[in-house]
Amino acid sequence: MSNVLTTRISRVKFGIMSPDEIRKMSVTTVVTTDVYDNDGLPIDGGVMDKRMGAIEPGETCPICGNTRDSCPGHFGHIELAKPVVHVSFVKHILMYLKTTCESCGRIKIPEEERQEYLKLLRDLEELGLIYLKKRLHEYIRRKSASTATCPHCGTPSKKIKLEKPYSFYIQTETELRKLTPSEIRERLEKINDEDVALLGGDPRDARPEWMVLTVLPVPPRTARPSITLETGIRSEDDLTHKLVDIVRVNNRLKEHVESGAPRAIIEEEWELLQYHVATYIDNEVSGIPVARHRSGKVLKGIAQRLKGKEGRFRGDLRGKRVDFSARTVISPDPSLSVNEVGVPEDIAKILTIPERVTPWNIEFLRKLVLNGPEKWPGANYVTRPDGRKISLKYVDRKAVAESLEPGFIVERHILDGDIALFNRQPSLHRISVMAHVVRVLPYKTLRLNPLVCPPYNADFDGDEMNLHIPQSEEARAEARLLMLVEKHILTPRYGGPIIGGLQDYISGAYLLTVKPTILTKEKAATLLATTGYKGDLPEPAILKPNEYWTGKQLVSLFLPRDFNYKRNSKLGSASALRCIDEDCPHDSLVIIKKGVLLEGVLDKASIGREEPESLVHWLIKDYGEDFGRYFMDSVYKMFVRTCEMHGFTMSYDHLIVSKDARISIDKLIGEELKEVEELIQLYREGKLTPRPGKTLEESLEDEIIDTLSKKLLDKVAEVITQYFKLSNPVVIMARTGARGNPVNLTQMSGLLGQQTVRGKRLVRGYQGRMLPHFKPGDIGAEARGFIKSGFVNGLDPLELFFHAAAGREGLIDTAVRTSQSGYMQRRLINALQDLRVFYDGTVRTASGEIVQLLYGEDGVDPMKSDHGKAVNVDRVIEKFLG
Amino acid sequence: MEEEINILEHELVPRHEVVPPQEALELLRKLGIEPWQLPWISADDPVVKAIGAKPGDIIRIIRKSPTAGEFIAYRYVVVEVTKKS
Repeated sequence: MSNVLTTRISRVKFGIMSPDEIRKMSVTTVVTTDVYDNDGLPIDGGVMDKRMGAIEPGETCPICGNTRDSCPGHFGHIELAKPVVHVSFVKHILMYLKTTCESCGRIKIPEEERQEYLKLLRDLEELGLIYLKKRLHEYIRRKSASTATCPHCGTPSKKIKLEKPYSFYIQTETELRKLTPSEIRERLEKINDEDVALLGGDPRDARPEWMVLTVLPVPPRTARPSITLETGIRSEDDLTHKLVDIVRVNNRLKEHVESGAPRAIIEEEWELLQYHVATYIDNEVSGIPVARHRSGKVLKGIAQRLKGKEGRFRGDLRGKRVDFSARTVISPDPSLSVNEVGVPEDIAKILTIPERVTPWNIEFLRKLVLNGPEKWPGANYVTRPDGRKISLKYVDRKAVAESLEPGFIVERHILDGDIALFNRQPSLHRISVMAHVVRVLPYKTLRLNPLVCPPYNADFDGDEMNLHIPQSEEARAEARLLMLVEKHILTPRYGGPIIGGLQDYISGAYLLTVKPTILTKEKAATLLATTGYKGDLPEPAILKPNEYWTGKQLVSLFLPRDFNYKRNSKLGSASALRCIDEDCPHDSLVIIKKGVLLEGVLDKASIGREEPESLVHWLIKDYGEDFGRYFMDSVYKMFVRTCEMHGFTMSYDHLIVSKDARISIDKLIGEELKEVEELIQLYREGKLTPRPGKTLEESLEDEIIDTLSKKLLDKVAEVITQYFKLSNPVVIMARTGARGNPVNLTQMSGLLGQQTVRGKRLVRGYQGRMLPHFKPGDIGAEARGFIKSGFVNGLDPLELFFHAAAGREGLIDTAVRTSQSGYMQRRLINALQDLRVFYDGTVRTASGEIVQLLYGEDGVDPMKSDHGKAVNVDRVIEKFLG
Repeated sequence: MEEEINILEHELVPRHEVVPPQEALELLRKLGIEPWQLPWISADDPVVKAIGAKPGDIIRIIRKSPTAGEFIAYRYVVVEVTKKS
């Protein structure tokens, strides 16, 4: 490796291969359809001719003398009996035919003008104005194609038509005549080099006549290897099959031509050859039937190998597969730290880290070597300083362990405390891959703290995630310093916490900090024990008759002594429970002074995820990410424990409203339905005043939807709210933001209301009606998807149908949205991937072009900003004045 | 019949001005770039024509910014706005 030749690729140019070039690089002519002889050896002159490269083990290539491993493979060729059009170039051929004269082959532009354009083209080339060059070519093409008579020889031009995918027709005075590929080739040959350049071609590397094939290159055998099944039956690659087809038809055509067969027969055979060559190159061209195997399986053409996601470019060249990775189902484990990942022992025994033996770790590594690959913690390989690698599976491990010396490298199993990258697809974010600290655990799933679900968008309904073990010291350092979970609690989108409590964390926080909660010494100690708190219990809030502590006291134990905070809770966002100032009975204003939670309940607005300017946000901003992690590992555990101790559940009973309430709801529904009837009556009489910009029908629909959804649901919600007190777990969840919202409450206990598809009442189905249960033309509420029942009372069959129809819209929307936004994201990332913020704050491309003179125009890093702003003045004042 | 309007007076058109050559050189030196590395603007752009900038000039655009209040951007006036190879 000492004399490696280094060369820089200065540019890459694509062209079309000339027949000469194809023949020159070819090592053999393929002439026969027979592939193997009776002994199973490839036949010379067949499509699997040995000269096209060695592919069997032990085989030496007759051309280069190399074995399978080093033979690059060699091209062969097929001499076509008659030329055929290359399907991928039909558009270009059409352009050349249209722009040039039939008889003299010159471009249909007068000589002086032509000279002018040539000079202009040279000038543009010199200046490097590629885009202008393209426009000039287009202009010349259009001009030349629209000229009716050749200015050079005066021949009137005839219309050329392309019948997709590869047939050309010429419109003569009398008939529409088909152009044979030979004729096409003759015409293209006549075009002179200067004219090709004027039309945007490249006369040196892509002569137009080369777009009509006379010789077909046969790719090396390595490009189309045959597979031998266990049964001994050989199965050939799709391309090989296709090549055999081509050779067969080609031979037949040649015979016909030589024996002077009737023109019709020759043309038929010729057409067939054209079809086979076209499908060999691209088997997805529209307009012709796809070529199939005998089994009916669609054959893969050359284009199919390259195209698309699984193709050569996106699938093989731009994609990588890696070692030292693992993938399984994930499950939650709230006892882990947020930055840990639970790795099953079985996986830990396969993933390894190379560790160099030093005098300080030699004893430890000896033990691991002794344990070997089967027992965790062990080691799988030992690399000696001379580069020999010893697998510990099949050797005397005692001897290897004893021979261990500083300088050896042991590939040891991953252990607790190692760093790993954890990822869930789709990786849309930088936070879709984060570094976690390994914890080796029993069982078979990867485990993570449920608090880190949001950045990965993970749940536990069968999701799988990937784990990667960085192998170099540098990679591990980067992972620890840059990628650890706590470095990503604040999102780079706007600086708020993306990791935070959800569901029972929030219910628990509420239950712990709500006023009526008082804890006995035992309970308080249990809660604090889950956090790992080591200090003393504070002075109890209630001394007599027994000692009791409040939840707020426990939370305060974890707050820094100089922390001040004041904000409304989620509970207080409902008008009825809002607290304006500190003297308020609802306890919905969270006030922390000097690290003591004085009043207010903690809920989604304080500890929830994606809540900027919340308690956790300010804690992390002021006291650092490490504190943030500590807070989540301790206080949040206390919240769940509270939830468990309290026994938090919701049942059918919690949703039932009293008979009186149901009666008043039904009355409300009745009133609104009557109003709708009146509206319809008005409409029928033509007395309805249309809304501005709407037709009479549209106005009626709008009025009805307003009446039946917004107005009615609000009124019903008002009635229902009286029955839902904060002692009701459903209400706790809805009000604290743990799960659900007040609208869901109305839908369960009250009614679902008007169902809509695309913002309109349901209409589709039968003619003039949605279902045969209604009269045609009935535009009343019930016939158009109004649901008067809630989930508690149950829907009748018609209502269920309506609900399903509207529900389906949401599913379709999500399906469409994800695919569309995914594609948009791909395009955006491709466009923006190498923009960089430089030290002077400018945003520049890879080639140094300036995109923005100051990043974001204000130079602020959103991740380190206060919800997008550089400084939040109110917060600074609050922080210091309390 | 149609009234001539000065687009520079329109509310949505930020202030554009031609940067004097001396200042332009200063700016390029400060950023350590060649003129073509600035964002380009077509010489056919209505505002460019209105302020009388010629290809090769550098224009300063002073506009309102939702993040920074006011932001100064620069454009290099070119004949044709496309990428050089």
